[in-house]
Amino acid sequence: MEQLDQQQTETLAAIADAATPDAVEAIRVAALGKQGWVSALLKSLGGMTPEQRTSEGPKIQGVREAVTAALASRKAVLESAVLEARLAAETVDLSLPAPEMPKGSIHPVAQVMDELAEIFADMGFAVASGPEIEDDWHNFTALNMPETHPARAMHDTFYFPDKDADGRSMLLRTHTSPVQIRTMLKEGAPLRIIAPGRVYRSDSDATHTPMFHQIEGLVIDKGIHLGHLKWTLETFLKAFFEREDIVLRLRPSYFPFTEPSVEVDVGYTLVGGKRVVGGSGDAADGGWMEVLGSGMVNRKVIEFGGLDPDEWQGFAFGTGVDRLAMLKYGLDDLRAFFDGDARWLGHYGFGALDVPTLSGGVGVRS
Amino acid sequence: MKFSLSWLKSVLDTKADARTIAEKLTSLGLEIEGVEDASAALTQFRVARVLTAEKHPQADKLQVLSVDLGDGTPLQVVCGAPNARAGLVGVLGTAGAVVPANGMVLRNSAIRGVESNGMMCSTRELGLGEDHDGIIELPEDAPVGTSFADYIGSDPVFDVAITPNRPDCMGVYGIARDLAASGLGVLKPIAAEAVAGSFPCPVEVRTDDAQGCPAFYGRVIRGVKNGPSPKWLQDFLKSAGQRPISALVDVTNFVMLGYGRPAHAYDLAKLSGAVVARKAVAGEKVVALNGKEYALEPWMTVIADDTGVHDIAGIMGGEHSGCGDDTTDVLLEVAYFDPPSIARTGQALALASDARGRFERGVDPAFLDTGMDLLTSLILEICGGEASEVIRAGEPPVARKSVAYDPALAGSLGGIDVADAEQKRILAALGFEVADDWAVTVPTWRPDVDGAPDIVEEVIRVHGLDAVPSTPLPRADGVAKPTATPAQMLERRVRRAAAARGLHEAITWSFLPEAEAAHFADGEALWTLANPISEDLKTMRPSLLPGLLSAVKRNLDRGASSVRLFEVGRRYLRGANGASDEKLSLGVVLAGDKVARGWASGKAQVFDAFDAKAEAMALLAEAGAPVDSLQVMGEAGPQFHPGQSATLRLGPKTVLARFGVLHPTTAKAFDIDGPVVVVELFLDRIPAKKGAGAFARPHFAPPPLQAVTRDFAFLVAAEVAAGDLLRSVKGADKANIVAARVFDDFRGVGVPEGQKSLAIEVTLQPVEKSYDEAALKAVADKVIAAAAKQGAVLRG
Repeated sequence: MEQLDQQQTETLAAIADAATPDAVEAIRVAALGKQGWVSALLKSLGGMTPEQRTSEGPKIQGVREAVTAALASRKAVLESAVLEARLAAETVDLSLPAPEMPKGSIHPVAQVMDELAEIFADMGFAVASGPEIEDDWHNFTALNMPETHPARAMHDTFYFPDKDADGRSMLLRTHTSPVQIRTMLKEGAPLRIIAPGRVYRSDSDATHTPMFHQIEGLVIDKGIHLGHLKWTLETFLKAFFEREDIVLRLRPSYFPFTEPSVEVDVGYTLVGGKRVVGGSGDAADGGWMEVLGSGMVNRKVIEFGGLDPDEWQGFAFGTGVDRLAMLKYGLDDLRAFFDGDARWLGHYGFGALDVPTLSGGVGVRS
Repeated sequence: MKFSLSWLKSVLDTKADARTIAEKLTSLGLEIEGVEDASAALTQFRVARVLTAEKHPQADKLQVLSVDLGDGTPLQVVCGAPNARAGLVGVLGTAGAVVPANGMVLRNSAIRGVESNGMMCSTRELGLGEDHDGIIELPEDAPVGTSFADYIGSDPVFDVAITPNRPDCMGVYGIARDLAASGLGVLKPIAAEAVAGSFPCPVEVRTDDAQGCPAFYGRVIRGVKNGPSPKWLQDFLKSAGQRPISALVDVTNFVMLGYGRPAHAYDLAKLSGAVVARKAVAGEKVVALNGKEYALEPWMTVIADDTGVHDIAGIMGGEHSGCGDDTTDVLLEVAYFDPPSIARTGQALALASDARGRFERGVDPAFLDTGMDLLTSLILEICGGEASEVIRAGEPPVARKSVAYDPALAGSLGGIDVADAEQKRILAALGFEVADDWAVTVPTWRPDVDGAPDIVEEVIRVHGLDAVPSTPLPRADGVAKPTATPAQMLERRVRRAAAARGLHEAITWSFLPEAEAAHFADGEALWTLANPISEDLKTMRPSLLPGLLSAVKRNLDRGASSVRLFEVGRRYLRGANGASDEKLSLGVVLAGDKVARGWASGKAQVFDAFDAKAEAMALLAEAGAPVDSLQVMGEAGPQFHPGQSATLRLGPKTVLARFGVLHPTTAKAFDIDGPVVVVELFLDRIPAKKGAGAFARPHFAPPPLQAVTRDFAFLVAAEVAAGDLLRSVKGADKANIVAARVFDDFRGVGVPEGQKSLAIEVTLQPVEKSYDEAALKAVADKVIAAAAKQGAVLRG
């Protein structure tokens, strides 16, 4: 039996010394293979007496188990070393850049229009639209600006040489207000709409572009008065700028399509030389800034809209979307809005997922 | 409209300061654009007396003055003014003072070697006028040493924006009336006494145009002496930004600016025969006071005598008959002109003037006699002379409107309840007469007021618009309903999808240079402006691509290596009955590198037509278009590379999109180097989903058996479209084939000339039992038979 012990010791030593999986395998064949010495011992059990088997059996089985375990353990160690070596050879420099995905953006005007639609939807205003190439009846006459009205000249209108089938002069709408007329004629009353869109005036300097964006609001209902207008504008501006300290100053003014007419200033505070909306304009570091034109819809306009002004009354307001975007997001060059400079768009634009929601806040904070 | 505080105080008895007045004007709807006080800039200048004046040793035109500021230590000042002399009392600025006209800070210096400790100033240098011929000369007794600001006194000038509905406020008096109504003082009565003429008017005055000129009052003043007007008048006019000209002209301007009443003074010596308001005769011309000649139309009203036209009625006088220094006899014209006629004439002649601005808005038709009295008394006072009787030709429309009013309207329309007595007080102060039944008679100077809402406005604006309480708009019950239309939802969705795909949203001009628009017209008649602001912004875009291409060009010029832009907006076409037809579109332009050179990807890769196709398909899918049913066809248009562009159609006619590589000629027209690929989506043509749509999706059950794939390689003529072969294969056995895709397109070795090898992977989905060999062969046979219809042969 000493021979068996020695053989086991030698084999285990050989396994421990085996440097490669192949060497381990050679030892396994020599010990446990068909011709292996452990296999031969196991076979010899068959020729033994029961007594011999009882005494020799466990020893032989013990050798088999010890050798098998040593082989498995050594094999695992060697395979793991091989794997480690392979992985080490597969190392890459992850400080190198990954493939780039181009990043797109939403234009500030589109973003702000979505914000406005969200705010006004909550107040029950639907979004309406109309043509930008209008006729002078919808753009002027129906808005109580007859042909010789001085306000017409103040509009710096772009005209086409064309007339429509009714002989009306075709022009680029100077405001979104014709949508009031079209919606009243089409849908009747009561109405709550906003109408955002492109408008045009023949005016170009540092703060005016011949094309810009306006949003129009119209409420036609029963018993609507100036107090409702004031509340609506306050609520809208508070929601848009997400500030409670919005202070409005209402001034009497004149628009042919409203009576009474109200110009609305919002108080701002100078912060680092920039106007930040909020606070009273009469404060020491404050001022007033004109943001909206509005008023109670003129009776004649309600009539032109096909409604009875003794039954229906309401208010309308209009403001510049580009200006709202500039004020809220700190943009200062209107002309850059329409240049398509990818650097500007990347800087001032908004992410595709920045969808304005009431639950998440309509604005996007930087 | 500008006027000084002292002018205002000449008609309004008030103790209010300039700031209070300015705030009140804004709250009344007479928006203050600025309040300027010229004296504020003059506190550092002082009244000074020249003691001695000697010639400068080094310069002929300079003098060395010794100037006394009253403190006993005269200053030495070098001065170049020709009128500088001993004894003159003028205005001295010393070191540190800022010259108002040019912002220069004065300091002590040596002028041609002689020390100078200040500057004797001219009127212009102090911003007080145009005179720069010499230094200011003050009266002998002006208090030497006093601040010049104190000496001339503070007289702030208000700049007020008058809305077009308020012609009455285009005169200081009307503004004062509003202020008085708001409680800021008492309006003074107009101090004009009627002057009885001492002889009959020697000129016949009449109106032959009762429509354009319903009333024409005239009077002659003979024996006048024209010359500079008095200082008070000059100061008033200067505060209004008007240059004093001569007494006769200044008086008419004073009455216009003070009372909103334009008038004209003719030099009688330059007129002959009757002076008549009439329509112009075709071909008549007149040289106006601005020196320009105007050709008149037969519907325009003019004032003429026997020799011709002397005045474009109500707009501008003629150069020939204007008053000058040698005028001795004047004819005064105070007339009423039809406002719309004035507006039309002014627009047609493109001639703006202070008179037109007032006449076209509507001057007070009841003010003709008062205006004539004001003019006459001032001229007699300043220029002397003798006034004739007044001829009154025609009659002004002085009938007063009456408006049925209900004081409850202040609350129901204006949103604030105002006590009846207060409403009556306000209206009376503004010149309205209120009867017991609240019939409100409108003053003649308020042509804008013709309905009850106008009366509400008068009450509210004087009562205080800021006092109107905010009232919540009644809210519909429950959660706010969706309000966007399908078109708006579509627009929002494709916009955000495009941005998510890495494209920047641009907004480009709706109008383009004519040639660029024409390049994309595709036979449509374009909209071209009659009065564009520039040639670059002239023709409405028939496509979004040209504007985007120009934007891309600008980006490339700035050194961008890769540009991905899109725009969602309208293209402008012609609709029925001369109306416009504006259609929602989406344009994409990709230029430069698609992938920049990289450590892993190697050289930079440029965009190709398939990048355009990928955007087109992805965005159409987001837009809800049935992308699986679209056909890829040709005829993208002449702007595209003929072999690398296509249309995506729903059926043979409805083109939903076009895409591809830009034609080199088009790229050249837009001055762009290198390949550019573009996409245009016609969003208006995407069919609307039928029905409102339900939230629940169709049922889905995963198939119990696994799908299998089979590959087929076909030889087919090179010109056969892969898409056609694919569609045939896919449709070969609809019960089993659920998908098919091309995974190889090979031409070259082993493939006959003129042919190509297309490899297609077909996915088969067993339903009830797994496929056996026979079933698979049956499907394969159908696929091969279907491919054969496209002339394709299974590759052996």
